[in-house]
Amino acid sequence: MKVSLFSTCLSDILFADVAKNTLEILERVGCEVDYPMEQTCCGQPAYNSGYLQEAKQSMKQMMKAFKHSEYVVGPSGSCVGMLKEYPKIFADDPEWAEEAKRFAAKCYEITEFLVDVMGVTDVGSTFKGKVTFHSSCHMKRILGVKEQPKMLLRNVKGVELVDLPMEEDCCGFGGTFSVKNPVISQEMVSEKSRHVAETEAEYLVGADMGCLMNIGGRMRREGKNVKVVHITEILNTH
Amino acid sequence: MSIKLGEVPYKDRVQTGIEDDFMRQAVSSAQGRFRNGRLTQAAELGNWEDWRELGSEIRTHTLQNLDYYLQQLSDNVARRGGHVFFAETAEEANQYVKNIIKKKQAKKVVKAKSMVTEEIGLNKALEEVGAEVVESDLGEWILQLDEDPPSHIVTPALHKNRQQIRETFAKKKGYTGSDTPEEMAAFAREQLRQDFLAADVGVTGCNFAIAESGAVTLVTNEGNAEMVTSLPDTVISVMGMERIVPTWEEMEVLVGLLTRAAVGQKLTSYITAITGARLEGEIDGPEEFHLVVVDNGRSKILGTEFQSALHCIRCAACINACPVYRHIGGHAYNSIYPGPIGAVITPLLEGYDDHKELPYASTLCAACTEACPVKIPLHEHLIRHRQIIVEQEKKAPTAEKLMMKGFAKWSSSPGIYNLSAKMAKPALGPWTKDGMIENGPGPLKDWTDARDFYAPQGQSFRAWFKQRQKDGETS
Ligand code: SF4
Repeated sequence: MKVSLFSTCLSDILFADVAKNTLEILERVGCEVDYPMEQTCCGQPAYNSGYLQEAKQSMKQMMKAFKHSEYVVGPSGSCVGMLKEYPKIFADDPEWAEEAKRFAAKCYEITEFLVDVMGVTDVGSTFKGKVTFHSSCHMKRILGVKEQPKMLLRNVKGVELVDLPMEEDCCGFGGTFSVKNPVISQEMVSEKSRHVAETEAEYLVGADMGCLMNIGGRMRREGKNVKVVHITEILNTH
Repeated sequence: MSIKLGEVPYKDRVQTGIEDDFMRQAVSSAQGRFRNGRLTQAAELGNWEDWRELGSEIRTHTLQNLDYYLQQLSDNVARRGGHVFFAETAEEANQYVKNIIKKKQAKKVVKAKSMVTEEIGLNKALEEVGAEVVESDLGEWILQLDEDPPSHIVTPALHKNRQQIRETFAKKKGYTGSDTPEEMAAFAREQLRQDFLAADVGVTGCNFAIAESGAVTLVTNEGNAEMVTSLPDTVISVMGMERIVPTWEEMEVLVGLLTRAAVGQKLTSYITAITGARLEGEIDGPEEFHLVVVDNGRSKILGTEFQSALHCIRCAACINACPVYRHIGGHAYNSIYPGPIGAVITPLLEGYDDHKELPYASTLCAACTEACPVKIPLHEHLIRHRQIIVEQEKKAPTAEKLMMKGFAKWSSSPGIYNLSAKMAKPALGPWTKDGMIENGPGPLKDWTDARDFYAPQGQSFRAWFKQRQKDGETS
């Protein structure tokens, strides 16, 4: 199967390992993976801040970059969730409406793609440790991907998965919210950090680097010793 | 009172909320209770998503045909001996009620819980004409004694704990009992009984008006609405113009959604129906019944992309699900409609000038949208508000506008993007220690005030990928 990797700008620039792991997992399950160099950002920072015109510029860039891809797969429920909104955003734009629909239909978050498209729930990896999982808001509520990451995690040899209290609650990142409403954001992430600590897990696992860098950054500031890892790292450890 | 609560700036309100440990404790535990209740009920029902869909369809249909149903309601109320008044503004609604009070020379008015009368500031208006107004919902009564505004649309005194309520009772009513809910409720009941008996006029809100029959229904847990509507000779119901359903059948569906979503109950303790005035030959009902239908900005929302905000059945599930609300409490919204639904409708009803921060008081986590029993896309409405603030109201900060212009350029030009991917690590080098930034420059500062920032791990992914391809070709 031919797949185009959507690295997300965050993983491309800050967390290259996440994109590398995603690429390697896809190859391991038998996909032929390319990486369109014209890709940039899904447009969410502008879109969620109310800058529709600005957001549309990056969205068009993305649609161009992946025009010839069969599947577009990325390691972020939030960014992929944004791609899935394109049809709504371009509904009244005769030039882009059709392309937006075509594009959104071929976009998948990595765990969703593995489970729903490839039919893989065990990637054959081994990772030793007690882990807890934070399910990201956009991934579960906008994309509707809830069970897939946990199915995959449960099948990793050596992983002990423990429940995170109030797992469904937002970590307080919210993109520009974290800097526009820093006081509230800090309270939210501190609460999340407390819940993570309560589990006594060694690792906090998530499927979105946005949330993970928020929670991880906070826990490090508080001197907590929990390691933060993207799910692809666990799925790509043998 | 009106929609807006006061003049304190947003930042200070948030700070006050965050520093109020009592309130946060009370809110957080109530949220937990309500939320678990809702989830349990939804699971028990089994096909919750189908019910939500049905609820959404009913509301969509009703709002699309609002003219028709309002006319039908009005005809049927009149047929049953009631008077109907359509008030375009809060002032008109208040004036109409004031006129009745004056004509009746009423001294005492008892009220059942109603958000719309809070919205239009009815209590104050009635006090201006010399009437004593007594709230009979326990939560509202506590707040009235304390001169405190509601912080929640279903449980208005949610922000208060038992000790605080006891103190209020002691200070204002000479209460000497304990702070157990039972004893305090019994005390309140005792006090309120006097008021019920002495009241000349009863005022209620309206959960659902039934167009087909002209009935006004009220959903309560304390049964106080029964007293308000059966003891006084004159009863006045005030409703937001969208609070209407075609028939009893739709009402049943929506009440089921309302009580489950609001507090996790299968059914409420009381549903009170007011079916007009006492007609000849009938043995009960008020002598005089008035229905005041309030627009107050609602018709402006009809036909816009915000129309679904009028589908709200005021269950507060979105508020109970909201983590931002949990940390700052209801008063921080500075609106009698707090939480996600408040952040959506307050600027619609009262404009952006005083409420421009509200659409940003959300991480867009969509917990509200997921909780809403009539499927209002609350977080999408918040984004829409932001778009209007940026593009039409031009109220966005200049620095942000410049940054977003830069973003657009960056993300639509792969060349510039490439360069930034290459430059990110060296550019952040001076602030980086052990792969982390603890004290970031410029826009990173707000971030690093509360948490560390991850510096780029190494080269960008795209650089690595190019290298990998090259290696692959040569090997
Ligand atoms: S918006 Fe939905 S969840 Fe919120 S109060 Fe209204 S009906 Fe309930």
